[in-house]
Amino acid sequence: MAAEQTLRGWLLAEIPESKLQARCQRIFISWLAFIRNPVAVIGLLIIVGLVGIAALAPWITSSDGLEPDLANRLLPPSSEHWFGTDGLGRDIFDRIIWGSRITLYIVALVSVIVVPIGLLIGTVAGYIGGLVDTILMRLTDIFLAFPRLILAMALVAALGPGLENAVLAIALTTWSPFARIARAEALTIRNSEFILAAQVQGVSTIGILTRHVTPLCLSSVIVRLTLDMAGIILTAAGLGFLGLGAQPPTPEWGAMISLGRQFLIDQWWVPTVPGIAILVVSLGFNLLGDGLRDVFDPKSGG
Amino acid sequence: MDQSTASGGQTVGPGLALPSKLIKIVGVLTSLLLTFIGLTAITFVIGRVMPADPVLAIVGDRASQEVYDQVFLQLGLDKPIYVQYFRYLSQLVEGDLGTSIMTAQPVAEDILRFFPATLELATIATLLGIFVGIPMGVLAAVHQGRWQDHIVRVIGLIGYSAPIFWLGMVALLIFYAKLDWVAGPGRLDVFYDGIVEPVTGVLLIDAALSRDWEIFHNALSHLILPASILGTFALAYIARMTRSFMLDQLSQEYILTARVKGIPEWNVIWNHAFRNVLVQLITIIGLTYASLLEGSVLTETVFSWPGIGQYITNSLFNNDMNAVLGGTIVVGVCFVGINMLSDLLYRLVDPRVR
Repeated sequence: MAAEQTLRGWLLAEIPESKLQARCQRIFISWLAFIRNPVAVIGLLIIVGLVGIAALAPWITSSDGLEPDLANRLLPPSSEHWFGTDGLGRDIFDRIIWGSRITLYIVALVSVIVVPIGLLIGTVAGYIGGLVDTILMRLTDIFLAFPRLILAMALVAALGPGLENAVLAIALTTWSPFARIARAEALTIRNSEFILAAQVQGVSTIGILTRHVTPLCLSSVIVRLTLDMAGIILTAAGLGFLGLGAQPPTPEWGAMISLGRQFLIDQWWVPTVPGIAILVVSLGFNLLGDGLRDVFDPKSGG
Repeated sequence: MDQSTASGGQTVGPGLALPSKLIKIVGVLTSLLLTFIGLTAITFVIGRVMPADPVLAIVGDRASQEVYDQVFLQLGLDKPIYVQYFRYLSQLVEGDLGTSIMTAQPVAEDILRFFPATLELATIATLLGIFVGIPMGVLAAVHQGRWQDHIVRVIGLIGYSAPIFWLGMVALLIFYAKLDWVAGPGRLDVFYDGIVEPVTGVLLIDAALSRDWEIFHNALSHLILPASILGTFALAYIARMTRSFMLDQLSQEYILTARVKGIPEWNVIWNHAFRNVLVQLITIIGLTYASLLEGSVLTETVFSWPGIGQYITNSLFNNDMNAVLGGTIVVGVCFVGINMLSDLLYRLVDPRVR
């Protein structure tokens, strides 16, 4: 077979010759569908930009954004201070840049807690079924029915204000939709023939769950996670705004808005700029999530 | 198969379907009860680990040890936590939410005083979302892929993505501080305070009842900005769902039939397609309303709106445990209740689910 030796040819070959090639082809074809959607690409660029900015923060900024500089309080945006300075004379641009790390930290931490819990509860309920399913889904429904922000507020109040506790509170109020999705996927997978084959071969329940059911649930869970990301960011920012999230002097964007609130009328840039940062990032996640959903699940595309 | 297809015939249920219907109702009630127990249990546990001593909150820090111990026993704090929970639950069922430290009044009374303000805000916001969002969604669906559709999509995305407290501040800056089109934070100007007899607690209704149009106007001027801000989320969500339901309907064959028959386009859209969409929208509107009741916390903070969200937030910062618990439970119950209600309503209206 003298197949075309380019990478593109390899990725689009009619008959994949190896497991690796088949896998790469699937990703590549999804990628082609994804980049045809300009809106989704904008979303992806925003998120990549966010990660890039967070990674390069020490080289982009000129200060750590924490040290007060009272001689330069509340300066308007200028070539030296692009977004002006805040009530303690700190450069708002630098604080926004450092704040991107906190946003990513929140997002990553919530995902790391929420996805395994959701997958575990959902796949176990869906695959095993029966009484286990009923009990687990009741529990999920209870959490699903909760008012999220208020419960998160009460939780943070109980645990004490702070970034980690805010993340924990958000995670506790966010996992339930993932369990639902994983269960729905597990239900459809449960009766397929390859599961039966695995059962006949004597693969244990845990083996089936981790090696066969969970991987197939992942794509819908990831799509949902991307779509929920904006909500997570907004809730975290809201908790920060209420003084229940990250504590000063941490440059968390919601807390920055809260601190800048008193300067709204005369130094509008102090509270507005962090808000724009939140808006852009959550917009990015929403656009990306929409695009991913169109690729992975064209049926529900709106 | 085709029993009573006429709309509004839901009262004539065929005898055979009754047991299954009954089972469904029992099922709904059970899950409602379970959710309620789950909600109260979790909130209760949260309240117990809160860093506030409920005894100190009552007796004050200068009380003697005997008084302290006496109140400690009175509150049942020596009992295991599940006993304490059942005690709390039985008081709750009687409408007793304990006493607030901050206001020194029963929490239930406090909530009755603060809740109407939130209700007013959330209701107007939802109405704005309905009356602006639905036409927007229909417009977008009818002009799918064209500029109208794109504009609606962008507005929707911004409504989803913008932090509501920030949006509120920007709106205050522009419409209150710069343009002076609306009144500022709070529910009323200070000199109007306490003039209108509180009957329902909803200022617009109270002012209208006492025919004080000056106050009505003032209250409306204070309300319109926070309600619009709170309503952006409702608007975005309702517009998006209307669009996707509408697209679904417009691609159905009965629409093609209607068009082929020469029925005018507006008639096809509003009388044929939209009528079916409306049924689906009931659940969406219910969901929105419930989430606005809850989501008003941040809006209330920005606009100094004396509602339940502010009450809970202030209580949180003052370690006022009973008030936080009570507020959370009341909002939670409303949240769950509205969702269940819209679900039931949907079952009643949609013949396929019935």
